[in-house]
Amino acid sequence: MRKLLLGDEAIAQAAIDSGLSGVYAYPGTPSTEITEFIQLREEKRGDAQNPIFCRWATNEKTAMEGALGMSYMGKRALVCMKHVGMNVAADPFVNSAMTGVNGGLVVVAADDPSMHSSQNEQDSRFYGKFALMPIFEPSNQQEAYEMTRAAFELSEAFKLPVLMRVTTRMAHSRAVVEVTDEPRKQNEINRPEDVRSWILLPAFAKKRYLKLLEQQDDLLKAAVESKFNWYKKGENPAKGVITTGIAYNYYMENCADCNERSVLKISQYPLPVALIEKMVEDGAKEILVMEEGQPVVEEMVRAIVPSTVEVKGRLTGDLPRVGELNPDSVRKSLGMAALENLEADDIVVARPPALCQGCGHRDMYKALNEVAAEYENPRIFGDIGCYTLGALPPFQALHACVEMGASITMAKGASDAGQFPSFAVIGDSTFTHSGMTGLLDCVNSNANVVVVISDNLTTGMTGGQNSAGTGKIEDICRGVGVHPDHVRVVVPLPKNMEEIKNTIREEIEYKGVSVIIPRRECIQTAKRHAKARAAAAAKNE
Amino acid sequence: MAEGWNIKQAEVHGMSQRGGDVQSNLRLSTEPIASDLIAKGGADIIISLEPMEALRYLSYLKKDGWVVTSNVPFINIPNYPAEEELNAHLAALPHCVSLNVEQLAKDAGAPQQAANMVLLGAAIPMLDIEFEKIEAGIRRIFARKGEEVIEKNLAAVRAGYENSIKK
Repeated sequence: MRKLLLGDEAIAQAAIDSGLSGVYAYPGTPSTEITEFIQLREEKRGDAQNPIFCRWATNEKTAMEGALGMSYMGKRALVCMKHVGMNVAADPFVNSAMTGVNGGLVVVAADDPSMHSSQNEQDSRFYGKFALMPIFEPSNQQEAYEMTRAAFELSEAFKLPVLMRVTTRMAHSRAVVEVTDEPRKQNEINRPEDVRSWILLPAFAKKRYLKLLEQQDDLLKAAVESKFNWYKKGENPAKGVITTGIAYNYYMENCADCNERSVLKISQYPLPVALIEKMVEDGAKEILVMEEGQPVVEEMVRAIVPSTVEVKGRLTGDLPRVGELNPDSVRKSLGMAALENLEADDIVVARPPALCQGCGHRDMYKALNEVAAEYENPRIFGDIGCYTLGALPPFQALHACVEMGASITMAKGASDAGQFPSFAVIGDSTFTHSGMTGLLDCVNSNANVVVVISDNLTTGMTGGQNSAGTGKIEDICRGVGVHPDHVRVVVPLPKNMEEIKNTIREEIEYKGVSVIIPRRECIQTAKRHAKARAAAAAKNE
Repeated sequence: MAEGWNIKQAEVHGMSQRGGDVQSNLRLSTEPIASDLIAKGGADIIISLEPMEALRYLSYLKKDGWVVTSNVPFINIPNYPAEEELNAHLAALPHCVSLNVEQLAKDAGAPQQAANMVLLGAAIPMLDIEFEKIEAGIRRIFARKGEEVIEKNLAAVRAGYENSIKK
């Protein structure tokens, strides 16, 4: 069967066809569509047999742990996150290689080189290498489908998790994918026979670590023999190219018909060293390494080949040190002239992203800015979500924004250092993702902070997924010990501006932890819900 | 897909969407397609629902490529260029079709949201795909929505097609 699928959807379809029992994820561009694809399918199937668990997790760490529990029971599980989510999931991720798995476990990390929707360009392959885990990096949508299926098989064969690394253009590009007509059944429950490997007490963990190290030779052999990795000697073997993941496409875009260079295509790790040695044996004197992300392979190749072989890539400036690759940068690195094109038109001006007109975050920032201006040196610590756009004109409200949850704890740290007033601005979904524990820190030291939880009842930036804290935010704040009188709810609308400003003023003057919750539904999801209601009403008529 | 062609379409999601500039790379070929992204100077057509956005990606267009665009500006920034100047830049392009697609949609009896269908119609002559095949595709996509929706969309496509050829 042929289907037109995003790279993300190809992975989701493959997981379903591989007998998946649960997908565990927190939304994050460019990984979100994997889980959404499975959710949509489950919704359409209704109360079918063998449901796939697919509810959003509170954060990437809880997702990874949930999947490990599913795997413990012998069933197949998938974890999906964006690259920075790997930092949140790092503890269970690294230790899942120590415990090993029971049912197949595949972890998808969607990296975002060029930072289209992210705060950094970190390369998830480092995590795989660090955890001594096999890594898959498909080059196109068809391979993403096939490799996901192969990853579940490899995971069960080695009893290890497999890291599947994709990048933005792989995740968010559509192509025709041939998918199977015979999906595999889900695994039956099958608890581990020996629980010692799952109990990482030092005495057991030391044995597990040796076992994991022992497995590396076999993983390397699997990578060298993998059908997803291959080497082809060129007509001029003094020149070699190594591509990883989708870099292969950019090479082929420019060199589909040229056989001059020897080519090594890598899509499965550990790095297939024997294939690189073969390229050198065949006479390679110059090797150009093309990889999406950071120069992970380039650095490793330098350590493998003799010093007489020149290794080129991102570190040498032959390819850009930052940002994603594209057909043009790869073309240039191959010494080919650019295509003839029209010149850019300088009449075009930038159109930066902005908060939607009518968005509640706008009213929140207006009130916050006006009250903050009444103080000599206010500091507003921001967080990750749509409301990060409050850093840009017209609001320019934020003085910092680092990572999920940092607003609250940084506001606390600044207050500890003597900052007054010290504000945190965080969304509802980010608050439950990583802000709750920081709020407990604030309560325990009675920090003088004003925490604004701008609640739009959804995870807005990634397209309006359910938010884990909806309906629970006040209870959570009171539960961790914020005084009930200082958990204040307002409705961010222009007509309420004076009330909101007065609430902020009162809470600034309260010497302790204050939480203000401006709550109004995201206008994007509100429109969608209104449309769905209208459609339902029309149906009932 | 119905013709057995290969397709690659790269989209923009997430932070990059919120009122900012958004583009999508679409590649169609009877041959295998390697790159998801189009090289500079590799695009045959730029299709745009906004005149300034049409010009944003000019460097991706082939020297003899076409721009097919709406001429109705979407102004959500303070420093948007003057409309006459923008139109002059579009008119100076080697190959450009610039239409009020919203008006054409309305004139054709379709809702304003069918402006994208007008634009598709206007691009058909440069796409190397027969009108009938596009029509069949639209019938297939909107089959579940009923004959009225199909006809309105087709009217919008036709309006774009006819006004494109006239130029």
